[in-house]
Amino acid sequence: MAERRTEVLVIGAGPAGLAAAAAAAACGRRVLLVDDNADPGGQIWRGEGRAHLAVPARFEVRCGVRVVDACGASAVLAESAGGVERLTFDRLVLATGARERFLPFPGWTLPNVVGAGGLQAMVKGGVPIAGKRVVIAGSGPLLLAVAAYLRSRGARSLLIAEQTGRLRLARFVLGLAGAPQRLRQTLELRRALAGVPLLTDAWPLSAHGAGRLEEIRLRTRRGERGERCDLLACGFGLVPNTELAALLGCRVEAGCVAVDEHQATSVAGVYAAGEMTGIGGLDLSRIEGEIAGYAAGGDERKARAGLGPRRRARRFARALERAFALREELRELPDARTLLCRCEDVSVGRAARYPSWRAAKLHTRCGMGACQGRICGAAAAFLFGWRCEHARPPASPARIATLAAQHEV
Amino acid sequence: MSGRTDVLIVGGGIVGAACAAACAQAGLTVALVEADLAVGMDATAAGMGQIVAMDGSPAELALTRYSQRLWDDLARSLPEDCEYERCGTLWIAADDDEMEEAARKATRYHEHALQAELLEQRDLYALEPALRPGLAGGLCVPGDSILYAPRAAAALLAEAERHGARALFGCRVRALHEGEVELDDGARMAARTVVLATGARAAELIPELPIRPRTGHLVITERYPALVRHQLVELGYVKSAHGTDADSVAFNLQPRPTGQLLIGSSRQYGRADPAVDRVIVARMLKRAIAYLPVLHGLDALRVWTGQRAATLDGLPYIGPCPGRAWLFVAAGHEGLGITAALATARLLSDHLLGRAPEIAPEPYSPARAWLETVVRA
Amino acid sequence: MPERIALHVNGRHVEVDRGSTVLAALAVAGVAICRRSVQGEPRGALCGIGVCFECRVTIDGVAHRRSCQILCREAMEVRTDG
Ligand SMILES: Cc1cc2nc3c(=O)[nH]c(=O)nc-3n(C[C@H](O)[C@H](O)[C@H](O)COP(=O)(O)OP(=O)(O)OC[C@H]3O[C@@H](n4cnc5c(N)ncnc54)[C@H](O)[C@@H]3O)c2cc1C
Ligand SMILES: Cc1cc2nc3c(=O)[nH]c(=O)nc-3n(C[C@H](O)[C@H](O)[C@H](O)COP(=O)(O)OP(=O)(O)OC[C@H]3O[C@@H](n4cnc5c(N)ncnc54)[C@H](O)[C@@H]3O)c2cc1C
Ligand code: FES
Repeated sequence: MAERRTEVLVIGAGPAGLAAAAAAAACGRRVLLVDDNADPGGQIWRGEGRAHLAVPARFEVRCGVRVVDACGASAVLAESAGGVERLTFDRLVLATGARERFLPFPGWTLPNVVGAGGLQAMVKGGVPIAGKRVVIAGSGPLLLAVAAYLRSRGARSLLIAEQTGRLRLARFVLGLAGAPQRLRQTLELRRALAGVPLLTDAWPLSAHGAGRLEEIRLRTRRGERGERCDLLACGFGLVPNTELAALLGCRVEAGCVAVDEHQATSVAGVYAAGEMTGIGGLDLSRIEGEIAGYAAGGDERKARAGLGPRRRARRFARALERAFALREELRELPDARTLLCRCEDVSVGRAARYPSWRAAKLHTRCGMGACQGRICGAAAAFLFGWRCEHARPPASPARIATLAAQHEV
Repeated sequence: MSGRTDVLIVGGGIVGAACAAACAQAGLTVALVEADLAVGMDATAAGMGQIVAMDGSPAELALTRYSQRLWDDLARSLPEDCEYERCGTLWIAADDDEMEEAARKATRYHEHALQAELLEQRDLYALEPALRPGLAGGLCVPGDSILYAPRAAAALLAEAERHGARALFGCRVRALHEGEVELDDGARMAARTVVLATGARAAELIPELPIRPRTGHLVITERYPALVRHQLVELGYVKSAHGTDADSVAFNLQPRPTGQLLIGSSRQYGRADPAVDRVIVARMLKRAIAYLPVLHGLDALRVWTGQRAATLDGLPYIGPCPGRAWLFVAAGHEGLGITAALATARLLSDHLLGRAPEIAPEPYSPARAWLETVVRA
Repeated sequence: MPERIALHVNGRHVEVDRGSTVLAALAVAGVAICRRSVQGEPRGALCGIGVCFECRVTIDGVAHRRSCQILCREAMEVRTDG
């Protein structure tokens, strides 16, 4: 197995990882940044990440490299089209980001019912959207960002269904008065979406169609209504990607990787930054990445300079969390036959018979498929209040040859 | 509860569940207490679920053969989610030495009226074309089967409950007293007979039992239907599986009814925590690839560990505890507890009802443990 | 104009811009169903970022490839079980 040694290894080239790599490089460290996507940028700058690299970048970026497991002390196991390698480091910054939370409702498994951020990612990858009728549903500011993007790419008609209440939303926007820049961003976004209906207290009840989506039923403030559409893009907030961190032994608390003041995890020499330590959006991810990068690079003074901005960004993150907290009624969306686990086709009703995630898993196979519970685990945590975790290697499906290479160390 | 409980089973793995079913069916009043929140969550969930006639010793073959017959009888009434399938075992001989071992194995099986067919090289590849070229041949044992053990344990417990048994979950037993068990919360439950079916944890409640956890790793793949049809085991398995205290790996691969491949196996002493040992997994997978080269490019979904309850002589402890007639041990099944669960349960119910057992129970008596301990001292 | 790439989706000729995902090629070919679930239901892409595995297809004979994550290459052969 090939071996690569670096001083600071950063995993994940989203805003947090890019900031961390730049900061660690500024400390004079040799830095390697790896990401499993074809290009840097993470979720928000998907495909345009190169533009966010300082040019010339003072660190090495390698894409198409997926880290799948720990590999002894101070090393990880990575696989790519070229094969398998062991990446050895003095310090590690994890910046593996987040995924969307999907909640089951009747029909959610129909083709063309997709993620909200997911649809944006697909369109960035070349999926044509021009002329399509799209309903965007779920919760959070991401819905608006996605709508604006899809509109700019020619989506024909759009409708946004935000589950949170009108009052809570209004209170949130008023609260932005203290943060003029965020208020400006919000108003700009709203302007970009002029003419696009934004329903609050609204969510999808069911999706219908023969083989693919044709129509959905929406719950709105005025009662139920049908809506014909080509795509339903849903996202009920984000879920931190903690699997790799857990495999490395980092403590995970309440679904987030636990970090100290300098973004250090419970494992010596391993830092974490960005959405994986708690959902907070772009600014917080960058600030955390910078702190982690300076801390990993050994410049504590510069790391500390980020503490103030991080405090403010976290305050905003908490306000967001309150404003877009998921409502109880969403737990009633699925009926007993609605699938919970899409990999193994396990219904909500079957899983509900068990007292815990582990029991449901072992007795129904839910969460045992290819996604290893990344989708149904987050849904089950919301529906049943279970603690759904999975610290078993590999972090994502890996070639057997990759796992077999581990003993060549 | 009215009246006294006849049998109180400690442990709701497949062995405890089978014991509950056998005793309840026999008309005894049965209670089962399990520390976890559901049935079959420990070794039973970690194992491979092969029902295999194993000939490590005459007593092992007698027990596994008997139990396999009981599974075959039960198979028809097992719910579909138990995924029972008679896929047979192919013991693979890499060279002429192992071919000779295959022939000896065939003879031992035939003595127990078990079907077993020696395979020439050509026959081997006709049955499993994906095996690496250059193997010598093998032995096909068509009567072996596989199942999904946690669901089988659930089915057995459901059967027990239909016959009036009660199961309590989230109840850990912390001590045994004459005719009684003491739960973690201090509560006590009494019974005429207490059955200890706590698998690899048996020594926690009866320290005299020399049962040691022996860790095994398994890897499950994505779905690749029809790539392999039989459970494949290298004949070298016997050497490595029952060999020394050293860490060992052997090629043992099972095609699940889902189309996934379950890859084993490893054996290690002295690893109490369930964490995965990447180095032994790598060794195990290297060995698997050496037998089945296509594995190389397939995707693995997950790796996990489980604890086998290993004894000194490789046989389980099934029977009353010396000097404590109220206490019956049903533990120490190492890598064969799923296979042997039904026979274990039948030996228990025969003992309680005074019925003549179908196989001689002496080789499994826990009295061995006390003898062995004395001998070692 | 970005460079175009030609590939096959279920035997049909499709052209996409360089840098497009295999999922984009499926969409261009009008294929919304990537795979059949274990019970035979039709399924299409969900998460778009490589975590849900709903978009799995067979690429150049290799099963279980995530079409949302893999970029198109010239003369690729893509199969869905739709
Ligand atoms: C689908 C989606 C779309 C989004 N769109 C927007 C948007 O338009 N606007 C907005 O403000 N916010 C958006 N967000 C929120 C977004 O999470 C944050 O704004 C920001 O991108 C978070 O930065 P990050 O660096 O923490 O993580 P991310 O940007 O998520 O970056 C993490 C990176 O790590 C990589 N990675 C993860 N695990 C591994 C591994 N094991 N090996 C190698 N690489 C790995 C990932 O592929 C990814 O590139 C979106 C989120 C999602 C899930
Ligand atoms: C990797 C691996 C592969 C295997 N493959 C096979 C195979 O192919 N075929 C085969 O036949 N066997 C196989 N085995 C062995 C088989 O899994 C075990 O022998 C069998 O599951 C043992 O069942 P059990 O009920 O004795 O133990 P367990 O399933 O461990 O059940 C014991 C139960 O007791 C409970 N318990 C423990 N202590 C207490 C307490 N104090 N109070 C209350 N409850 C308690 C536990 O929670 C547990 O549920 C394999 C094992 C491993 C590890
Ligand atoms: S759409 Fe989820 S992995 Fe591709």
